[in-house]
Amino acid sequence: MKTICFYFQVHQPFRLRRYRFFDIGNDHYYYDDFHNEEIMRRMAEHCYLPANKTMLEMIQSSGGRFKASFSISGTALEQMELYSPEVLDSFRELGKTGNVEFLTETYAHSLSSLGDTEEFRLQVDRHKEKIHDVFGIEPTILRNTELIYSDDIAELVADMGFTGMLTEGAKHVMGWKSPNYIYTSSVQPELRLLLKNNRFSEDLSMRFNNYSWNEYPLTADKYIGWIASTPQAEQIINLFMNYEVLGSIQPAESGIFEFFKALPRFAADCGISFSTPSEAFNLLNPVESISVPHPISWVDEERDTGSWLGNVLQQEAFRKVNDISERVRIAKDRRIRQDWNYLQSSDHFYYMNTRHPGGTFSPYDNPYDAFSNYMNVLSDFIVRLNTLFPEAIENEELNALLITIRNQGKEIETLQKEVARLRKNKVTNEQNNK
Amino acid sequence: MFGWEFPPHILGGLGTASYGLTRGMATQGDMEIVFCIPKPWGDEEQHFLRIVGMCNVPVVWHDVNMDHVKWRLESFHTDPQRYFDYRNHIYADFTYRYVNDLGCFEFSGRYPDNLLEEIDNYSIVAGVVARTESYDVIHAHDWLTYPAGIHAKMVSGKPLVIHVHATDYDRSRGNVNPDVYGIEKNGMDYADHIITVSNLTRQTVIEKYHQNPDKVTTVHNAVEPLSPDILAIKDKRGVKDKVITFLGRITMQKGPEYFVEAAAKVLSKANNVRFVMAGNGDMMDKMIRLVAARHISDKFHFTGFMKGIQVYEVLKSSDAYVMPSVSEPFGISPLEAMQCGVPTIISKQSGCAEILEHAVSVDYWDIEAMADAMYSIVTYPSMYQFLRDEGKNEVDNIKWEYAGEKVRRIYEQVIRQY
Repeated sequence: MKTICFYFQVHQPFRLRRYRFFDIGNDHYYYDDFHNEEIMRRMAEHCYLPANKTMLEMIQSSGGRFKASFSISGTALEQMELYSPEVLDSFRELGKTGNVEFLTETYAHSLSSLGDTEEFRLQVDRHKEKIHDVFGIEPTILRNTELIYSDDIAELVADMGFTGMLTEGAKHVMGWKSPNYIYTSSVQPELRLLLKNNRFSEDLSMRFNNYSWNEYPLTADKYIGWIASTPQAEQIINLFMNYEVLGSIQPAESGIFEFFKALPRFAADCGISFSTPSEAFNLLNPVESISVPHPISWVDEERDTGSWLGNVLQQEAFRKVNDISERVRIAKDRRIRQDWNYLQSSDHFYYMNTRHPGGTFSPYDNPYDAFSNYMNVLSDFIVRLNTLFPEAIENEELNALLITIRNQGKEIETLQKEVARLRKNKVTNEQNNK
Repeated sequence: MFGWEFPPHILGGLGTASYGLTRGMATQGDMEIVFCIPKPWGDEEQHFLRIVGMCNVPVVWHDVNMDHVKWRLESFHTDPQRYFDYRNHIYADFTYRYVNDLGCFEFSGRYPDNLLEEIDNYSIVAGVVARTESYDVIHAHDWLTYPAGIHAKMVSGKPLVIHVHATDYDRSRGNVNPDVYGIEKNGMDYADHIITVSNLTRQTVIEKYHQNPDKVTTVHNAVEPLSPDILAIKDKRGVKDKVITFLGRITMQKGPEYFVEAAAKVLSKANNVRFVMAGNGDMMDKMIRLVAARHISDKFHFTGFMKGIQVYEVLKSSDAYVMPSVSEPFGISPLEAMQCGVPTIISKQSGCAEILEHAVSVDYWDIEAMADAMYSIVTYPSMYQFLRDEGKNEVDNIKWEYAGEKVRRIYEQVIRQY
């Protein structure tokens, strides 16, 4: 029996406003609220709300057989809280059916898995907390930003106690192997992997509305037929995509919602079920291990991380971010922490890419503009950080000093208790003597 | 005078220099200046000279009445009667060329792709103006107006003085455009006297354009005193760090890469400095990459194009100004920086280095020396204060009136020769 595992990515970054040189040190607000609100509202109207409604209908009409999973970044959740709380409600409603699994990731959809492992742990913890706050559940499966994965990341993730992770079925890694099985990491056999089926995922995310595609129009009937005709032994079809495929990348008038609604019925006819990632990991056994020495992701022909860290601009910005992360962790200031999170979003780096000139969702005119603006913001952030602690003190020394201060505080507290106790004793003694 | 730009609508240093010079000459009292530009906007200052818009001078006889002309020329503040005077002096049949309802050519007044055509039209119109106006000397600013100057000289027989603000050797680092060179050379050959803005340019004119040194004289540019509103601009920077600024077009001629390299050197020694590159140009993206490659992008900022008051805001927030031009005929901007009390570092290859004593001058390629100078200015307060105060004193005494007097002596000399 075959099963389909749906996974949708939901993410919105806090886009930055035009931040000039003269703003550095003068103005510490970095975000383009108007733009962020506009995009969040538009996505809610065109995608999140109608898509959630569709998912709910599918679950109800299939008698609970339809299942799906989501990973909603912390920044997206915050923007929903700010600009369209009704989207959060509808996700909660989906969560209540029990047919939907929420995965965890880095809070800001960041690249920290490639830069700073300590930061990665903290950001995942933060996201888990946030998911718990919003949905009241503990996510157990991890999905890294844009499905970025490598052997190093596998070590890290396994060490954090996760047993399952989602990633890309990249051709240069898989070779002749099929993504339609469960695999394990070659360095951490305990960590099991679900790999994206490129062909079937992209039929929906890229080709669905393409008039020049020879399979256009794609119907649910035909699509399930293709899935059913994969070899008998291949048991799991992983359909991973951006949630915006429903209603935004493929607009409503392309018929994408109707297509989805028809899926459970045809799947049932062919005896194909739906599973969430954790069910899939319980249901099926891994067949093989895969080794990924260089990081892979789910974007571009190359399936690598070049869209975020490919050119000197991106590498420079990322280096500067990683240079200060240790110091940010020492700082306890809440606003510093918040801005730090928002500045981590991988999108800021994506806007600097030179691979797709003019073809990105970038709010900037060109990658150089994106870089200059980001660096101006980061410079201001560094200035703020340095006003908390003098720059000249090394991190270790600073940490030691802070610990000393904290310990001294505790010591003073105990000593004061001691003093109070002795005074009391003295008073009682005097009273007794009288 | 034939010019191409006039404030407030200027695209480069040419307009500023034309304005300053005419302003300085007007103080002589008995000097009457008619200044021709392709396209005036109507908001130019006209109390010390008369602006002639070449786009309002007819070259084809159209039968139009006074009211129509009045209505059409209202926004330019020109006397409609002049239109009819000019119309009486049309000297050839240009009906085959494109003209508007008044029989005039249309000009963009900028530096469009069909620049050579505009230059040609400009000189045709110059023939009409030269036949109408009365004057003693013809003065042509920069190569765009040389053909017009030659034409006027041919028509009137009056002496021609040309003013070289830049040559194509400066603009192209040596790879001259033959068309431009041809126009420049021709203008110089026909000129009775050539004025250059620096000795550097004078050498270029003598060596590369083969001119007789006797007929080439240097008249250095000067600066207009700053208005009180500009002097009152506050330092708006939000950081405690020192700021070192590059301001200008980010192009090959201006040597931006030497600024970046020197900045990287300074930042390896000092942590309390920031660098600002203001302006735009075809090398901007390359410079952003270079800054990223040197790992200094958290201390090196790009502001994009700056105009008008923004330029002074940047200067007022700076502790040092650097102009590392590879070849600069004169370069007025360091003088403006010094007026704002900003210590200035200039390349020895710029014309203004010849007259400025209280600016640090280094070879443009000598990034070590440039870094040294930057470091000293931001590290040693006495050096900073000395350059700030002495620089301001010095530049306050560089006045256009003096330049105007020199030009007048040249006029008198060429008139005598005739």
